[in-house]
Amino acid sequence: MPVLSKERRHPVIFTLNGEEVEGFAEPRMLLVDFLRHQLGATGTHVGCEHGICGACTIRIDGKAQRACLTLAVQADGRSIETIEGMAAADGTLSPLQQAFHENFALQCGFCTPGILMSMEEFLETNPDPSETEVREALSGNICRCTGYAEIINAVLQTAKQLREGAE
Amino acid sequence: MKPAPFDYLRAETLDEALDALAEYGDDAKIMAGGQSLMPMLNIRLVKPAVVVDISRLKDLDYAKTDNGQLDVGATRTQGDLAGDPSLADTVPLMALGLKHVGHFQTRNRGTICGSLCHSDPSSEVPLCLATLGGQVTLRSKKRERIIDAADFQVDMLTTDCRSDEIAIAAHFPTAANGHGYAFTEIARRHGDFAMVAVAAIASGEMIRLGVGGVAAKPTVREWPVLDGQDLEDALNEFAWDLGGADDIHATARYSREMVRALGAQVIKEALDARSV
Ligand SMILES: Cc1cc2nc3c(=O)[nH]c(=O)nc-3n(C[C@H](O)[C@H](O)[C@H](O)COP(=O)(O)OP(=O)(O)OC[C@H]3O[C@@H](n4cnc5c(N)ncnc54)[C@H](O)[C@@H]3O)c2cc1C
Ligand code: FES
Ligand code: FES
Repeated sequence: MPVLSKERRHPVIFTLNGEEVEGFAEPRMLLVDFLRHQLGATGTHVGCEHGICGACTIRIDGKAQRACLTLAVQADGRSIETIEGMAAADGTLSPLQQAFHENFALQCGFCTPGILMSMEEFLETNPDPSETEVREALSGNICRCTGYAEIINAVLQTAKQLREGAE
Repeated sequence: MKPAPFDYLRAETLDEALDALAEYGDDAKIMAGGQSLMPMLNIRLVKPAVVVDISRLKDLDYAKTDNGQLDVGATRTQGDLAGDPSLADTVPLMALGLKHVGHFQTRNRGTICGSLCHSDPSSEVPLCLATLGGQVTLRSKKRERIIDAADFQVDMLTTDCRSDEIAIAAHFPTAANGHGYAFTEIARRHGDFAMVAVAAIASGEMIRLGVGGVAAKPTVREWPVLDGQDLEDALNEFAWDLGGADDIHATARYSREMVRALGAQVIKEALDARSV
């Protein structure tokens, strides 16, 4: 592959929530800024820009990752999921979103997209987590409002519902 | 903040990456998982002219046991290695240590070799490699060399990896018969860098303790099996020799106390965990 020059913007094409999207980015542009400013997908939030807060967490090829620690040009050819794709097209919330709603698991909502994207992968890989495992998994997302208890309840409730639904 | 401008090369082959390093030298930076490099770029702690992205090199995305060691290629992530259930048998110390490396989202990207090359004094992977007495393979356009962990980690955030080299694999000795392994650390929050991290190996003849987070690089000491006052004295001497300094997270005195207490704890756990 040729070197992409810092002087220019380069085409970036990937799948965003099932649809192909395209834009242009300088090599140094962060994926989270590309999503927000080039594509207008502002559901993904930006907090610390060094990987600590988790607000920017999205899924790349299924794995939860920091969009602030990813370059837009690195997303080329990938399949990306963001919070905009979580609810059904008619607005019906996903089970996890519904559980957050019912359990008062959000207040200002700044941390929420990153937490939902993280917990979605977590529950796919750990369908029957203990409370300790949920707490550990949440360590990569900072919430300044809720005190976490409601978030933990929502995640545990979703896990139970999904297990019962699967039976 | 946002990174300063740089040119970007997504290497399709290892040779392409090595050619780029040969050409740009000190002006280039390798990007593996980006979990340490991206924060450094974002806060402009580093301003490379060229970023050479090796994360899509599929050939280096492997972990295999061979000849008494586990070989881990440059693009194998911490998450993929930790997710392998056989790791607890092949290299138990790494199975224990990897749980403490960041969060699952950072382990989804961060690599084993990237952690070694970043060489943070508190990092778990360099501590495990040093305690096990493992090795790293470095390749440049001109040559390949294999180097012991003790020589690879030079100082805080400094390794013997030269600007034209890529660490293509790390080699972890696999579990030996009759040996036990244990790991623990203390950090402010789960997933934070450790204030003090300790790794122990014990057999019927010896105990070995590695300490991270106190000195500028992981430090390892070995004794014949000791107990009671002899063990306390040995740990106390080791704690003072590490020469920790007061920092924002812990005083030197606290670090010494943690080395003594956590050291005794993991040595006991390693002795109890010995396989028969
Ligand atoms: C929120 C957060 C928490 C974290 N907590 C921890 C923790 O508790 N413990 C811990 O150990 N780490 C922690 N980290 C760091 C993380 O583990 C990094 O993944 C790791 O340190 C670097 O691996 P990487 O593949 O991401 O390397 P990169 O970030 O891509 O590179 C790091 C450095 O190594 C060089 N490099 C990388 N690979 C190679 C190679 N193959 N050959 C030559 N040079 C190379 C790069 O040029 C760069 O200088 C944390 C990171 C974040 C964002
Ligand atoms: S903005 Fe990405 S982790 Fe904070
Ligand atoms: S709801 Fe406000 S930060 Fe979490």
